[in-house]
Amino acid sequence: MNIIELLGFGKTKPAPAVCKKCGKETDGIELLENAMICPHCDTYMRMGAMERIALIADKGTFTELFAKVKETNPIDFPGYEAKLKEAKKQSNLSEAVVCGTCEIESQPCAIFVMDSKFMMGSMGTVVGEKITSLFEEATRKGLPVIGFTTSGGARMQEGIFSLMQMAKVSGAAKRHSDSKNLYVTVLTDPTTGGVTASFAMQGDIIIAEPNALVGFAGARVIQQTTGEKLPEGFQRSEFLLEHGFVDVIEDRRRLRYTLANILRMHSSKGAKSS
Amino acid sequence: MAKKTQTAYDRVQAARSSGRNMGGYYINRMVDNFIELHGDRRFGDDSAIIAGIGFINNQPVTVIGMERGETIEERMKRNFGCPTPEGYRKALRLMKEAEKFGRPVICFIGSSGAYCGIDAEKRGQGEAIAENLFEMMGLKTPIISVIVGEGGSGGALALGVGDTVVMLENSVYSVISPEGCASILWKDAAKAPEAADALRLTSYDLHSFGVIDKVIEEQNRSAEEVCSELKKFILSEISRMKRISTDELLAARYDKFRRIGAPA
Ligand SMILES: [Zn+2]
Repeated sequence: MNIIELLGFGKTKPAPAVCKKCGKETDGIELLENAMICPHCDTYMRMGAMERIALIADKGTFTELFAKVKETNPIDFPGYEAKLKEAKKQSNLSEAVVCGTCEIESQPCAIFVMDSKFMMGSMGTVVGEKITSLFEEATRKGLPVIGFTTSGGARMQEGIFSLMQMAKVSGAAKRHSDSKNLYVTVLTDPTTGGVTASFAMQGDIIIAEPNALVGFAGARVIQQTTGEKLPEGFQRSEFLLEHGFVDVIEDRRRLRYTLANILRMHSSKGAKSS
Repeated sequence: MAKKTQTAYDRVQAARSSGRNMGGYYINRMVDNFIELHGDRRFGDDSAIIAGIGFINNQPVTVIGMERGETIEERMKRNFGCPTPEGYRKALRLMKEAEKFGRPVICFIGSSGAYCGIDAEKRGQGEAIAENLFEMMGLKTPIISVIVGEGGSGGALALGVGDTVVMLENSVYSVISPEGCASILWKDAAKAPEAADALRLTSYDLHSFGVIDKVIEEQNRSAEEVCSELKKFILSEISRMKRISTDELLAARYDKFRRIGAPA
């Protein structure tokens, strides 16, 4: 796998990054080749949607879908248009999710990848519409859906419309499931609020990256309202695994292999990996 | 208070006011021969959600209502009306029972939100809500959801995936509390009234967006009159839904939520 080539870093080199945990700087290419895991201390850095797709999809197989769904300001929330404009500029993304189809070790699937760089990965009508459309497309084509979640929750600037996206996506996920299609979610850091309380937790198989923050209510809010001391590792993947809400915690460098295996085990062809 | 002169925050305060009727009131008043059914068959019973079976007129129904209680003792017992995962799982269990016996489901919603605490997280608050959304979307029996108090975010939506969604005039329904919104956005919870305006969370706002189907007026009406108006509406909706096939019912439910926030 040549991730540098996939991401089109021919002329411009990816920038070096400093690990928040150990403070050591790592060369951009080295970091990408190590799946954005700090080579010094094994800390998982957050991954953008396109880097994620490059890491997971077979080279040249990804086709983006529903990229043109446009934002509106459904409740005329003050300052929202300016905020969206700023988010686009800052993140270089059009919204908080990228959807499409691809192959993983030659297994076709539909895929959505959220990106926390865009307004904390919050879910508004565009995110809801794109993921719903992806489930509908996957249902029509009989494709499995692989979903990478990262989100601060529902996007409050879209008011009740953002809340209703939870129901909307759930409806499409339910139909996809009723047609006997596979849905695998991969919970990445952080997945919280309305996304946790909807499609993140609706997978047939739920995978989580190590030490990812996954929960419904914010830890600070819980501490403030209850005054309770939060246990060690609260709302981390390992905590969810222990309490029975995650099927498997997988190393990011093995995700592609594991996803391909899961896809093969659910395909009618059912062939074992060569 | 008149419809036009009342601010959004007035309605938030009305929806939360200590005298306001929640699920328990409507169940007592509307449902004959009510039998409360307890527990999620997994872990426990959540007193913030009252659920059971009974008759409305002669129609057997399953009713599920959020309740915070009256006295301080009752409020503590009912966790101030904030449901735990066990509450949502009990609700789903009884919805499935209703589906099996072809009974309509009526949900009364009024809560500041799903309980936020360490134990609720341990037992999968997010998963419990997600499961309800997923299963309600395919439940093969009519669902009527009524917002009677504060419809607090995902914890309210977990009983809100209805074929018909109706709000009492002075109830509110929002993705986040005005206080939460104001403190995140403007670092000042005291700006909640401005946030309430900006969030467009009143029954009339939601009706104008097409997110809910009906507003039951409360102005110049006693609680009893509001309840009997609601009962009439529920009965007419049940008889309307009985006339259509299950496939049509499910298709309409899907489309109802599918079109929210879809490009025109
Ligand atoms: Zn490091």
